Amino acid sequence: MQHLPSLAAGRIREKDSPEIEDLKMSMDDQKTKQAGVDVCPSKRKQLDLATVKAEIEQTTGPEYWRSLEELAGSEEFQEMLHREFPKGASEWLDAFSRRGFLKTMGASLALAGLTGCTRMPITEIVPYVKQPENVIPGRPKYYATAFTLGGYASPILVESHLFRPTKVEGNPEHPASLGGTDIYAQASILDLYDPDRAQNITYMGDVRSWNAFMEAVRGPMSVQKSVAGSGVRILTQTVSSPTLAAQIRSYLDANPQAKWHVYEPINRDNVVEGAKLAFGEPVETRYDLSKADVIVSLDADFLYAGFPGCTRYTRDFAARRNPDANMNRLYVIESTPSSTGMKADHRIPVRGAEVEGLAYALVDSVNGHLNGGLVVAGLRPPVSPEHQRLMGIVAGDLAKHKGSSVVIAGDHQSPAVHALAHAMNQALGNVGSTVFYTDTVDANPVNRNDSLHALVEDMRAGKVDLLLILGGNPAYDAPAELEFASALKSNAVNLKVYLGSHRNETAELCQWHVPEAHYLESWSDARAYDGIVSIVQPLIDPLYGGKSAHEIITILAGQSGLTGHDLVQQYWQKQHAGGDFDAFWRRSLHDGWIAGTGYPSKTVALKPTAYTVTAHEVSTSPVELNFRRDPSIYDGRFANNGWLQELPKPLTKLTWDNPIMIGPAMAERLKLNFKDVAELEFSGKKVKGPVWIQAGHPDNSITVFLGYGRTRAGRIGTGTGFDVSPLRTSKAPWIASGAQLRAVGGTYPLASTQGYQTMETPVGERELVQERSLEEYKKDPNFAKEGETPKELTLFPNFDYSKEAYSWGMAIDLNACVGCNNCIVACQSENNIAVVGKEQTMKGRHMHWLRVDAYYNGPRENPKGFFQPVPCMQCENAPCEVVCPVQATTHSSEGLNDMVYNRCIGTRYCSNNCPYKVRRFNFLLFQDWETPQFKLMRNPDVTIRSRGVMEKCTYCVQRINEKRIDVETASVREGKDIRIGDDLQTACQQSCPANAIVFGNLNDPNSQVNKWKAQARNYSLLGELNTRPRTTYLAEVRNPNPELEAGSKA
Amino acid sequence: MATNTQIPVADRRAPVMEPGHTFVTIGEKVSNIVLKRPISLGWVLGFFIMFSLMNMLLFALGYLFLKGTGIWGINIPVGWGFAIINFVWWIGIGHAGTLISAILCLLRQTWRNSINRFAEAMTLFAVACAGVFPLVHTGRPWLAYWMFPYPNTMNYWPNFRSPLIWDVFAVSTYFTISLVFWFVGLIPDFATMRDRAEHPLTRGIYGILAMGWRGSARHWHRYETAYLLLAGLATPLVLSVHTVVSFDFAISIVPGWHTTIFPPYFVAGAIYSGFAMVLCLAIPIRAIYGLEDFITMRHLENSGKVMLATGLIVAYGYGIEAFMGWYSGNQFDSMLLWNRLHGPYSFWYLSLLATNIVIPQLLWMKKFRTSTFWLWVISLVVLVGMWLERFIIIVVSLHRDFLNSSWGMYYPTKWDWMTYTGTIGMFLTAMWLFVRILPMVSISELRTLLPEAHVHEAEEVKQ
Repeated sequence: MQHLPSLAAGRIREKDSPEIEDLKMSMDDQKTKQAGVDVCPSKRKQLDLATVKAEIEQTTGPEYWRSLEELAGSEEFQEMLHREFPKGASEWLDAFSRRGFLKTMGASLALAGLTGCTRMPITEIVPYVKQPENVIPGRPKYYATAFTLGGYASPILVESHLFRPTKVEGNPEHPASLGGTDIYAQASILDLYDPDRAQNITYMGDVRSWNAFMEAVRGPMSVQKSVAGSGVRILTQTVSSPTLAAQIRSYLDANPQAKWHVYEPINRDNVVEGAKLAFGEPVETRYDLSKADVIVSLDADFLYAGFPGCTRYTRDFAARRNPDANMNRLYVIESTPSSTGMKADHRIPVRGAEVEGLAYALVDSVNGHLNGGLVVAGLRPPVSPEHQRLMGIVAGDLAKHKGSSVVIAGDHQSPAVHALAHAMNQALGNVGSTVFYTDTVDANPVNRNDSLHALVEDMRAGKVDLLLILGGNPAYDAPAELEFASALKSNAVNLKVYLGSHRNETAELCQWHVPEAHYLESWSDARAYDGIVSIVQPLIDPLYGGKSAHEIITILAGQSGLTGHDLVQQYWQKQHAGGDFDAFWRRSLHDGWIAGTGYPSKTVALKPTAYTVTAHEVSTSPVELNFRRDPSIYDGRFANNGWLQELPKPLTKLTWDNPIMIGPAMAERLKLNFKDVAELEFSGKKVKGPVWIQAGHPDNSITVFLGYGRTRAGRIGTGTGFDVSPLRTSKAPWIASGAQLRAVGGTYPLASTQGYQTMETPVGERELVQERSLEEYKKDPNFAKEGETPKELTLFPNFDYSKEAYSWGMAIDLNACVGCNNCIVACQSENNIAVVGKEQTMKGRHMHWLRVDAYYNGPRENPKGFFQPVPCMQCENAPCEVVCPVQATTHSSEGLNDMVYNRCIGTRYCSNNCPYKVRRFNFLLFQDWETPQFKLMRNPDVTIRSRGVMEKCTYCVQRINEKRIDVETASVREGKDIRIGDDLQTACQQSCPANAIVFGNLNDPNSQVNKWKAQARNYSLLGELNTRPRTTYLAEVRNPNPELEAGSKA
Repeated sequence: MATNTQIPVADRRAPVMEPGHTFVTIGEKVSNIVLKRPISLGWVLGFFIMFSLMNMLLFALGYLFLKGTGIWGINIPVGWGFAIINFVWWIGIGHAGTLISAILCLLRQTWRNSINRFAEAMTLFAVACAGVFPLVHTGRPWLAYWMFPYPNTMNYWPNFRSPLIWDVFAVSTYFTISLVFWFVGLIPDFATMRDRAEHPLTRGIYGILAMGWRGSARHWHRYETAYLLLAGLATPLVLSVHTVVSFDFAISIVPGWHTTIFPPYFVAGAIYSGFAMVLCLAIPIRAIYGLEDFITMRHLENSGKVMLATGLIVAYGYGIEAFMGWYSGNQFDSMLLWNRLHGPYSFWYLSLLATNIVIPQLLWMKKFRTSTFWLWVISLVVLVGMWLERFIIIVVSLHRDFLNSSWGMYYPTKWDWMTYTGTIGMFLTAMWLFVRILPMVSISELRTLLPEAHVHEAEEVKQ
């Protein structure tokens, strides 16, 4: 809990910010206290804060929380807390909530350091002597930087309020973003302020200084230098940073015996191996979906976060879903249902291992259509005649679109599938138009599993003297058979140094743990999926004195005094050929990328070789086990991120847990139901978890998700879900065969935000999500409008908005929406929306202002899926407004359905009467009012809601007003009437990678939103209720292949 | 001649008052319960239990104020739960008193005279219990006064379009009128108590409450006028309060709430549960305090008949709801009907049909109507049924409305139950005190039933 002192110790940039001054004042306060001035003596034994602090500091790492609890349990301590902070100490919300308990205890203790019953020291408030340039309090600034996941950079702009980063936006000028982001980039801001981050350098759990660390490694380093680094091993995650790679390489050059290993549980080994199989060298495959008329996905979830380039792909894909233009067609052959699969025009559910057979069938059919242009020899796995027929039709469609089609293979599919996809793309002439090959973004594209295998072998053999783990969490997520944790725990390795943001499973097993600086705290660089390098620019000094990998490698190389900034700048100085480096550097920082670093496309020749079938024992065991990255918390690195934990996963809408996912047929056979606890056995290992029956999941196949069951993730993540890593081996990291599933009795509560009944109940006569095929749409473009009530049908006279400058409205294109959930996190970040925890989510009290509803239509084995983002509809005839007894929710003259928190007394009638159920109520004190970090994080333009008030989507009214101030001052300055234009974006709209949301002024005939609303597809959700929503939807139109349609009907 | 000049009634029915009473015996019998009868162990024990329950209510509410409404089972979509169910239930129960006192008074149903006093008391206590809920169910109860239209510096008024505001007025008016009506009716009895009390303190207190009543003809004249006027005032309120309460639902657009049948159906339901509560209390009280002479089988049977009639109206309401679910062709209404019958709360819907419609049909039979045991059981069943009705209307309508993505479930928590049973404790605590402090049967009105009171009329008849 020393985050506050370190806050002050860390050189916070905003030296003059009044808030920080407050903090410092309190800090002084504490010093006074420690000097022994206690003006409020207790009757009990004295136990002052200094003693408590000292006692906490005495305890070492693993015992930290335990002793804190013990300490907190003591009478004296309780008394002290109660005496000083009756509010915080006595008010945890739920007696059974571990989170609430820890939150309160942590916060109380933190505050114990901040205030106290002492005199307030006299301080002087001094205004700026020198006004910092461009700093206008209340006006945010934006800096370009990049968020990196799995080595791939997402170029972003970060909003900074008085030097506090508060919100992530996509970099609209960067081709990899075009303004969109993904959920992980959006939620990374919460990671920065995570109070559970490691806050000290520790040795065996004891707090040490940076100097002590340098001292400790200096000796071993000089020893290693004499043996050419033969005992040094560096284990990193995927590195795409040119600077870091150069640093490591130069170290390896100087110490040729040292080795660099790379491991990441969600790796692209298959992609690399597939490229090697096809071309003999690892290449990066990049797609241009804007030119693709036909897309075939071989188990690739390319529209969801975690797939490299997904943000750009989503943008291009969605742009081609316009039924009035040249609409594309998507075939998805997949095992685990994904949001990409739900968007497909044709989804073919097969088991993971069968995809390979279908890929062969597809290749052969394509071959047939192309008259022998493509020869792939080798054994064919068996494929059912039905699938043969389907692949024939798909291949026909591909062949019809030579040069404008694309075949994408999923990361977890075997190398052979990748090679087949390459072969097809080559044969179809897609290379150069929709498919491009470039150098790898990954600076060290070695096989991750082999690399880690080699490392563990060396570790066990005692060859490793100094192990440097830079990020990652191999003790948790390494392949099971390696038993990495035990290898790390053993004394075979002399010195183990871990650089990581949290004191996690790996940190526990290393002597030294150096807190890793967040990417918003440190300098670096990284490549986006297209190779373009972004400078990772910090926005704030490390909150807890964290270090970056660059700095650690510097120590290793014996250099010192070089900061991350120096290192990155020096590297690029070397790369920069032309003159005026300063201008180049500033340009790069400003733009968010370095011009000219994008990879040019490479010409690679297909090896004329036969691909051998991978050794999937398709026939031996009927039940297949799929491992997938978790849609919300990825590989577990985001386990302690409350926004992501509470983010409903795209199809299941599950929060806080990972299920054992099976298909309906399998569930019936095994007599398993939702939430039943089942035991999953694979190669002798067993895990238990709750069952989730997923429509569209193939039979005899099980999917489990990585990232859960963390034992040391932090207050949020520890103990959520169950760990599947014991089942995951490097032999079968994605698709394993021969799993067994059996019910063991009992149920496990799962928190899904969208009940379990969605599949079973009829949607109704008038579908909530309107959908037609392209053909039907062309015949009747106005299909979605039936049932809408005429505008005049009202007892109250309509308000005349034409006299107003603005009348706001929104339109959401259901065709473009891919259910990526990004808008939810963006909204949460923008509007300071609270995380409520699993118990409250189960009760139906999650607070998301915007949700993405998922609906299914059709047979449970393979339904069509629909995503529908639902923010507040801002109804013109708002049912909520009439029933509020105190007029806490009223209509503004610009058509907004305003919510006045201060006036709300919390009758909840408005929510009852809201047919869209978009209102959210603070049933308890859901907001964390205590943790100081979160105070820094929040958007200062948005009120923090307390308990007992209703809240809901405001159309980002704070953004409207900010723009209003802009245009009004501009109007006055320029002496003419300037109106807000389409540059005003709501948070959901701004971050949407699919451009599925448009918001704007309905009074402006040229606004984008008016153009959308004028479309034939535009309809109101539950329009027959005559609520006249201002948020309307563009109905979904699919583009099925008529041949397949005919086939399936016959 | 005296005994023969009673109000003529059909002979087969039980008398309104058992014969043999005089002005004096009535006064003695009723006032002695308060003034002479020693406090029994049973009373103390019962009071202790009820008082404990009331304190549990205070505890539950204290915790509620500390934590927020999240301690209850409510959520999104089910924004209203036990609090509003209990509110409507108690308000409904509170209907019998005023109906008996005012409407039956205007209709000259003199049999009401022996049960109106405690029915009115019951009304007041029930309305007080009901009044707890609208306040505490708000998220920020300390600001609930914003629902009143008081002049303020913000120049901000309540939303008069909201039925919750109508509720505030309807309920507070009803409570006030009921209280005044009750108090006015008590004045002659206070005087009787003052005159009979032996302890000077008791005498003093009753004396103050009697407001100088001396029983003069002028007093009686004014009293009767005032009472009649108040009865006239209270009569529309009986119908309006529950009508307004039903607007809380009917005004909304929630399927299952948005129906025009709600006002009459709610009023009938209210009277139904009100009479059930009257019976539920009258039957044990008359046995314990030996009031069989005044509260005769006639009263019980009449109450049973009222229950039967209002129960049939309620049944008609259910029928129309179901019919409309089918006839309207509205998918949401049909969904509601389907959900009531087959959804997760179908057991409770079927229980509601059993308790509110099927079982009370026993009242068609005189055997059940005239058996105190069966009447008591049926009235308890009806009270449960009417509570279930509100549960079905509120929870089952809300938990699955328009968008099935937002469907949810409602599970009451221990705090819900504690609050509910707590108000029962509060209600019964008040009743416990009432029977020992005030004359639970109206002495003056009972006396008017005696032939002595009709001596002039008798003479006039003779002439």
